[in-house]
Amino acid sequence: MGIEMKQLNCINCPLGCLLMVELTDGKVTKVTGNTCPRGESYAYQEMTDPQRMLTSTIHIEGGALPLLPVVSQKTLPKDRILDCAAALRGITVTAPVKAGDVVVTNILGLGIDILASRDMDKRQ
Amino acid sequence: MTKQADVVVIGGGITGTAVLHELAKYNLRAILVEQEPELAAGTTKANSAVLHAGFDAPEGSIKARMNVEGNKLYHDLKDELDLQIRWSGSFVVAMDDEQMAVLRDLLKRGQDNGVPGLEIWDGDAVRKSEPNVSKDIKGALWAPTAGICWPFGLALAFAENAVVNGAEILRECTVTDIIVEQGAVKSVETDQGSIETKYVINAAGIHADEISHLAGDNSFAIHPRKGEYILFDKTAQKNLVYSPIFPTPTKMGKGILVCATTHGNVFVGPNAQDMNDDEKDNTAVTISGMDETLEKARRLVPNIPVGAAITEFAGVRAVSSTGDFILGPSKITKGLIQAAGIQSPGLTSAPAIAKYLTDAIVREMGAVKKSDYKKGRPAQPCFRMLTNADQRALIAKDSRYGRVICRCETVTEGEIVDAIHRPVGARTVDGVKRRTRAGMGRCQGGFCGPRVIQILSRELHIPITKVRKEMKKSYMFYDKETQSGGKA
Amino acid sequence: MDEQWYDIIIVGGGPAGLSAAYSAWMQGAKKILVLERDREVGGILQQCIHNGFGLHHFKEELTGPGYAQRCYDLVKDKKEIEILVDTMVLNINNDKIVTAVSPKYGLIKIQGKTVILTMGCRERTRGAIRIPGYRPAGVFTAGAAQRMVNMEGYLPGKKIVILGSGDIGLIMARRMSLEGCKVQAVLEICPFSNGLTRNMVQCVYDYDIPLYLSHTITAIHGKDRVTGITAAKVDEHMKPISGTEFEIDCDTLLLSVGLIPENELSRELGLTMHPLTNGPIVDQHRETSIEGVFAAGNVVHVHDLVDFVSEEAEIAGKYAALKAMGKMEGNVTDVRVEAIDEVRTCVPQHIRIGKGETIRLFMRVRKPMKRVRLTVKSGVNMLFSKVLPVAKPSEMIAADIPAAKVNGHYTDWTVSVKEEEA
Repeated sequence: MGIEMKQLNCINCPLGCLLMVELTDGKVTKVTGNTCPRGESYAYQEMTDPQRMLTSTIHIEGGALPLLPVVSQKTLPKDRILDCAAALRGITVTAPVKAGDVVVTNILGLGIDILASRDMDKRQ
Repeated sequence: MTKQADVVVIGGGITGTAVLHELAKYNLRAILVEQEPELAAGTTKANSAVLHAGFDAPEGSIKARMNVEGNKLYHDLKDELDLQIRWSGSFVVAMDDEQMAVLRDLLKRGQDNGVPGLEIWDGDAVRKSEPNVSKDIKGALWAPTAGICWPFGLALAFAENAVVNGAEILRECTVTDIIVEQGAVKSVETDQGSIETKYVINAAGIHADEISHLAGDNSFAIHPRKGEYILFDKTAQKNLVYSPIFPTPTKMGKGILVCATTHGNVFVGPNAQDMNDDEKDNTAVTISGMDETLEKARRLVPNIPVGAAITEFAGVRAVSSTGDFILGPSKITKGLIQAAGIQSPGLTSAPAIAKYLTDAIVREMGAVKKSDYKKGRPAQPCFRMLTNADQRALIAKDSRYGRVICRCETVTEGEIVDAIHRPVGARTVDGVKRRTRAGMGRCQGGFCGPRVIQILSRELHIPITKVRKEMKKSYMFYDKETQSGGKA
Repeated sequence: MDEQWYDIIIVGGGPAGLSAAYSAWMQGAKKILVLERDREVGGILQQCIHNGFGLHHFKEELTGPGYAQRCYDLVKDKKEIEILVDTMVLNINNDKIVTAVSPKYGLIKIQGKTVILTMGCRERTRGAIRIPGYRPAGVFTAGAAQRMVNMEGYLPGKKIVILGSGDIGLIMARRMSLEGCKVQAVLEICPFSNGLTRNMVQCVYDYDIPLYLSHTITAIHGKDRVTGITAAKVDEHMKPISGTEFEIDCDTLLLSVGLIPENELSRELGLTMHPLTNGPIVDQHRETSIEGVFAAGNVVHVHDLVDFVSEEAEIAGKYAALKAMGKMEGNVTDVRVEAIDEVRTCVPQHIRIGKGETIRLFMRVRKPMKRVRLTVKSGVNMLFSKVLPVAKPSEMIAADIPAAKVNGHYTDWTVSVKEEEA
């Protein structure tokens, strides 16, 4: 495999450092371009196990509005985000719902729940 | 399904609707067919909105006669049909002595055409009346009988009155053929069925030559000439101009003017680009066109509020191969009545054209006026124009008048519902916009668009995905993709 | 409802309005009214379903609706705070009489001792930037499309091009991808992105969406519905370069080309406006040119973080309450705050120096820069000086001037950002 260089935009703060990551046999061996240590740990995370939060909407039966915004409880593996989003498109819950209620348990077996972002009362 | 009619009017622009309005006064079965979901979807919706005094067209031309007479008729129709017209007068301005000489020719021509009240003013007099015009202006031809109108509103008013009086309007109805037997019109074939008729009035705008061709008359052609406009927010440069300000005309037309709509928005345009005959529907605006329009408009009125543009649009004028309006019976096909090549001053001429063509049919058929003819049209509540007391009363009667949907123009849900259910009601988002001004303001429907779409869906009993912007297939939203299976 | 008076009437129930109401209540105001034109409070946050809100203000990462919920939870069920939804303000006059209309109450006229304007902002449209071409269905502002997707449940299209790299556009690029649509390109006329870096990374790069900087649209195709666009590279004057055009196939064009404070009521009221922020000129209490009329949030200047909107609204709420209760400090000196050098705008535009308090200034710069010095001076006296590693037009800069530095500096202030010499 050998040595490979990759570029990354750090997203920790507005500085947006352009990180140069050296990979040896797929493993991070060096990070340059960062201004602070957070850049380095971001590069490691991003290169080994990139994670993202997921926000989307699901249908809600009998709610004041037709859709309920939802958010993943924690970050999910980046490469499963589109699968999770697709899975959420088939989900319907019933009003009322409170912010923080679990609307999907253990999405796609990834060990993460999906939560309601807001209260949704029943339609008047 | 076959329908029966005495007269079929093809085309729902200003000419077609004015003709239908006139026909509806008589005991005739009149049907208008329009290919788009909304009326006035072609040249009528995108022009300078000026009711001309009548000094432009050469003496003795059909244009000159129809223009002067049409202008007179609108002065009566304004109150009868509650038309949005502001009798503003108009200026044609000259920048040098050569142009001043042209103005004197126009004055003479106007007087010969029978235009009342024309005067030549010097530059200072013009600036006293219109303080924002260029200091370089040497003088102007003042025409007090000119006006500014809301062309869509005019066409709609004609159509509403006609429908109230029993005329029929078929929208989204495309003419596929005209059957001629023994040299006479027999029926109009459409995608909604056949209409047997004695007369066909060809008011098909830029497509009038194609319609004429279907009926066997190839005696003329219509060439498209595009004109681009820029419209500005009404809160910018209030009272920039009161009357339309025209440059001295040239061979290509009346030139790029500066004008304010009946609602108070400044607009500039049109330029003039002759298009290929296969580009009759080319209403695309262009960078060069916008630049040209702005540059020329600035020569007349230097402080055009360029940064406050809210929309740009283009219209295609129907320029006939004869150079004049083509009006009256076809020399080839009996029963085919032409109303073709109606470029400027077509808007002004429409009621005169309508009378001229209708009178001929009425004479031939021996038709008589309806005894129960109803003048005017159903009242259209306009919340923002009412006093607070009247606003309260209206909301008390129907609480939907208390819900403001368009915040830029203060248009209520009640007005939108009314626009949908009126005679010839709105079927599309732009139809609602042109009837109520919802979405016409500076945010251009950013806020109210989704709400108007929901109201259309609810009132027309169609899914959101079937709501259209304006044209036949201009669907706006799609259903979301759903994952089959549904369980995560 | 009619003929009532309030300590404070708040026009708009988005994050600014709700935060102002809460702050006024905390200050002890007894009669507070919030007027919201939509069916519920929360404003634009209700359609911004993504996360990244609230880290400053609530010390927690929240979604837009989650942030709105927090703001609402703070003000609901308080007898001193009345909230009317589905209510549109038509007019505010000099005597602070507010005319509003709703289906439930009809036309109402109410009197405020003070008024806080929190109407937010709106999106620039196609017309404002004069895009050539046809006018088919399928051209939407990003925000209008966002509302349909996230609140009503419909898609604006399947194959999307986004013009402008403002944050809403970037967020919509990801949103449409998550909904199973194909985002064909994001085009930006500037040589740099106008959105936050994290949005560039997480919304554009993550989904392999092509980003074209220094590009614009020279034609929209399609008569009924958008069928594609022509894109072209632009020169340094942002004019399309002939010969660089290429076509992109799409059924939808989303516009994310800037936000404009929504100030029609302010203009009719006759407030003095700032030509660059497009909002009313305010002092550090967010009081406008008319005494007793305050303004906060995006109506004053467009923010990139809702947290700062809340902060600004809390200032307005606090001082509006003090004013309504007759407790505002009277003995003050008015000092102008002028933006110079690379600072494009600075809010507040003037301050009233009294007994002394820390003053936070919000700035936006003209262009992206690395390593700049931010200085605040009163005449020749340096009040504040700091080196910033980076400054971008898309990210508002905040600077706190401590009370000790504020006091006594009655000569007009200047706020400057300059690139540091290497």
